[in-house]
Formats: sequence, C-alpha cells, structure tokens
Amino acid sequence: MIAAKQAFRRARDNNAVFYSASALVAIAVVAIITPLISPNEYLTTDFDRILHAPELAAMHLFGTDDLGRDLLVRTMMGIKVTMIVAIVASTVSLVIGVLYGAIAGYVGGRVDAVMMRIVDTLYALPFIFFVILLMVVFERNFLMIFVAIGAINWLDMARIVRGQTISLREREFVQAARLTGVSSWRIITRHIAPNLIGIVVVYVTLTIPQAILVESFLSFLGLGIQEPRTSLGALVSGGGNQLESAWWMLVIPGGLLAVILMCFNFLGDGLRDFFDARQTA
Amino acid sequence: MAAYTLRRLLGAIPTLLLVVVLAFLLAHAAPGGPFDSERVLPEEIEANIAAFYHLDEPLPRQLFRYLSNVVRGDLGPSYRFRDHTVNSLIADALPVSVMLGALAMIFAVVAGISAGTYAALRQNTLMDRIVMAFAMTGISIPVFVIAPLLVLLFAVRLQWLPAGWSSSDSAWRLLLPVVALALPQIAYIARLTRASMIDVLASSYIRTARAQGLGTAAIIRYHALRPAMLPVLSYMGPAVAAILTGSLVVEKIFGIPGVGRFFVDGALNRDYTLVLGIVIIYAALVVLFNLIVDLLYGVLDPRVRFR
Repeated sequence: MIAAKQAFRRARDNNAVFYSASALVAIAVVAIITPLISPNEYLTTDFDRILHAPELAAMHLFGTDDLGRDLLVRTMMGIKVTMIVAIVASTVSLVIGVLYGAIAGYVGGRVDAVMMRIVDTLYALPFIFFVILLMVVFERNFLMIFVAIGAINWLDMARIVRGQTISLREREFVQAARLTGVSSWRIITRHIAPNLIGIVVVYVTLTIPQAILVESFLSFLGLGIQEPRTSLGALVSGGGNQLESAWWMLVIPGGLLAVILMCFNFLGDGLRDFFDARQTA
Repeated sequence: MAAYTLRRLLGAIPTLLLVVVLAFLLAHAAPGGPFDSERVLPEEIEANIAAFYHLDEPLPRQLFRYLSNVVRGDLGPSYRFRDHTVNSLIADALPVSVMLGALAMIFAVVAGISAGTYAALRQNTLMDRIVMAFAMTGISIPVFVIAPLLVLLFAVRLQWLPAGWSSSDSAWRLLLPVVALALPQIAYIARLTRASMIDVLASSYIRTARAQGLGTAAIIRYHALRPAMLPVLSYMGPAVAAILTGSLVVEKIFGIPGVGRFFVDGALNRDYTLVLGIVIIYAALVVLFNLIVDLLYGVLDPRVRFR
C-alpha cells in the first residue's frame, strides 16, 4: 500500500501522467455538460442544415451529419457511451483476471499448471472473431458488448496477478500470518489483495484503451452500439461513408477517439514506469 | 528441432479442436437461421432445406458430421452463396488477404526496426523525440480512423491514388490498404526496437567492438541487430493477430474481396458455415505463425534450445 502511494505521488509529479489524466477528466466533464447546455438534441434533425460544415453562427460547432443532427451533441454522447463501455468492460476483465490469477498463484501446484495452460490456449485464439460471433448470437445487446469485451481482456491481468501473488506468497509477512493460523481466505483478502492494488491499477489503465478499441471496432463494423444510440466508433463509420461531402464527420470523432486513446496510453505507460522503477530500485 | 516441431504441431490439435467446437456451438446458439427470409416458404420446402443441410438432425450429430468433414478438409456448403462451397469461397478470397497481410507485415517490420534503431542511436535528441511522438500517435490512432483519413487525403483531395479496389487495376491500389494496416504495427515495432536496442548498445560486448574500432553501421549490422530483434520477434504473434483484425475493417473500407470482408458479411447474413470456416482458417494461421516465430528464436539466438 505504501509503495502504491509513493508511486502515485511520483506519478502526480510526472508531466505526461499529469497532463493526460487532466485531459481525460476535462474531456469527460465537457462530454457530460455539453448536452445539458446545448440548444440541440442528439436526435432532432435540422432539415435546413443537412451536412452543414462546422459553424458557430448556425449553432452547430461541429457541423451536422447526413440527417441534419448536431454533431457536437452526438460526439459528446459517443464519448460518454465509449467511456462507459470501456470502464464496465475493464471492470469485468479486472474481476475475472484478478480472481483467476490470485487463485492460480496462491493455490499453486497442479491447479496453477492447469489454469495457466488454459490461459496459454486461450491466448492462441483469434478472439475478435469470437466477439463478432457473440455479437451476432446475442443480437447486438447493449449489455453483451460489455461482457464480450471484458471476457477477452482478462488474460494479461490473470498472468500479471498470478506472478505477483506467487512472489507475495513467499514473503515473510504472509508466512508469518500462515504460521499464526490465519485462514487462506483472510490471507488473500487482507494481506495479498492490498499489495496487488498498485499493479492492478496500472494494468486497468492499459486495458481501458484496449476495451475502447474493441468497442469502436465493433461499432465501426455495425456490430456494436446501435442507432439511435451512438459511440465514437459508430460516428467514425458514419463519417467514412460521407468522406467526399463532410470531412468533419470523420475527422472530429476520429480525432477525439485518438486523443482519448493516446491519453490512456500515456497514463498507463507512465504509471507502469513508476512501478518498474520501484521494483528495480 | 524436428521432434520439437512435430510435438508443437500435435499440441495445436486440441487448440484447434476447441476453436471448432466453440465456434460451432456459438453459431448454432444464435436465434434465427440463415434461411429466414421475408417470404414465407411452404412448410415442406423449409423441411427440405433443413434436411438438405442436415439442420434437422440433433446437435451432437451435426457437430460430429461437421468435425469429420473438417478433418477431411471439407468446410461444407455456404448457406448464403448458393452453389458455392466454403472451400471455393475461401480459396478465391484467401490469396488477396494473405498478400495484403504479408506486404503489411514486411513493411511494418522493415520500417519499424529502421525507425526504432534510428531513434535508439540518437537517444534523447530531438529526432528521437519526434520519432517516438509519431510512434505514440501511430499506436493511438485505430486502423478504422487512419484508413478513411488516408483515403480522404490521398484519394479524394490529392487524387494521387485510387480510393477503392475496383476503381483501378494497377498495383497502386494496394498501397493505401497496406500502409493503413502497417502503420500501427510500425509504431509498436519502433518502440520495441528502440527500447531493446538501447539495452543492447549499452552492453559490454558492444563497447568492446567499438574499442576495436568498428564503425556504428558495422556494430549494428553484425553485433546489435540480432539480439535487439528478440523482443520484436516475440511481438510477431500479436502483430499477426492485429493485422488479421485490421484486415476486417481495411477490406471493408477499400472494398477488397478478401476473407475479412467475407467474415463480416457472413456474420451479418448468418452464413454460419462460411463464418466457421474462416474462424478455423484464421485460427490455424495464427497457430502456425506462432510456431514459426518460436522456431525463429533459435535462428536469432543460438543459446535457445528446443526441448
């Protein structure tokens, strides 16, 4: 826990981590506030201004799409949906990965060997194809997107948590706890889990952009978020169809998607460096 | 090494079996069938169709029939493209996809290793920062954003290159799809190469070589490149998976008649046999490529022993 606190203090003093975290918070706040104060609704169509270029005077700061809907409000809606999917999907992969890894690492022996062999086998599968199959099978259910994306991203987490658990299991304080008769469950929850938090937070930061990528990928193919709801991937897909008439429909949501992904990548990279630095020091 | 190869090939059988069974069960759990249409067909005809495709049999028997056909290399008839077998559809589409993927892969490896080595040799200079900033951008821009942007810039605005596959016969139509597929991988490989090259260049045998008067080019070529490429080699498996995934959108965006487009259309049209066939082919490709990568370790690093 103390190590984690130190790492976060160092992270706060790091420019890349600080600015990308601030940018993400700013984007989230703007995405929540804009639809509340905008005169446009995300569903209403402005028939006089179909495929209208970005213009402040027309009250369409990001322009309009091929149905005359305000792109600013739709983009903010897309950011919200994308972020929600990413956070819920990462939580799903977090729960599966941490439980799986902690059990394999703590129990050890044959159980560990079998569990990790399963992970190795799953690594070899072309997962995105199974996600696409899942999306078809479950009729593009909003909830299923979370589960499907979370279910493919837990493998890395399981491996890392297992490795960490194995090294913790042999540490003196865990052995002392075992010697004094503390139960396995209590050792895992009170002694091992708190020491996993740091590394887990880092890898959640790195799974969020992956989840965002998968969601927008599915939405781009028309298999993810369905109309009238939208996500950044769905907006990029719509922009790709209007390439010759409305560049803003592609460039604005695509650019924002890239910025969000970049912030998460910088954040995760930076946080990981701090934990690596602690381990080598 | 031959024994190792054989054992790895045998070890791939359970993985592939798992793929086939999982994909088969998923496809058959889906509501609605491939023959649902607007027009209501007489019951007898529906029964005939079901009997022709063995859809009236119990599920375990269907699975067994499918498995035994797959083992013999027969992926069955397509549900949507009547008069076509999945084999013939894939045989037509696979060469295009493989060519696209292979070109993107070669481009990514060559450009990524060059950029990474360049940045490592100029560590912490302005040029290093610029290359690494480009790499971070490349990682963060998804294929389905970069591909339409390339089309917008080079095909729609500048009109230098054809926008789609069918609008031209020249080899130039390959350029944009290959670049779009390769860009994120170039970024990843450049970052990996830079990190490992910096490590290798700091090691004592490089210092010895430099002390003996070897030039930088010779040091890179004869001493540093091979060990520095090991992390890149470990990334090859994920890279192939990423390029396969990327090919789904790139083939859709550029209208390329490859396997990726068949897969997406097949999934949307509930053409289960086609989708299953493509999943099996892709899984086999990924498994095979991972084996090749593992064997290449021995070529790059003589200390590796195959057990």
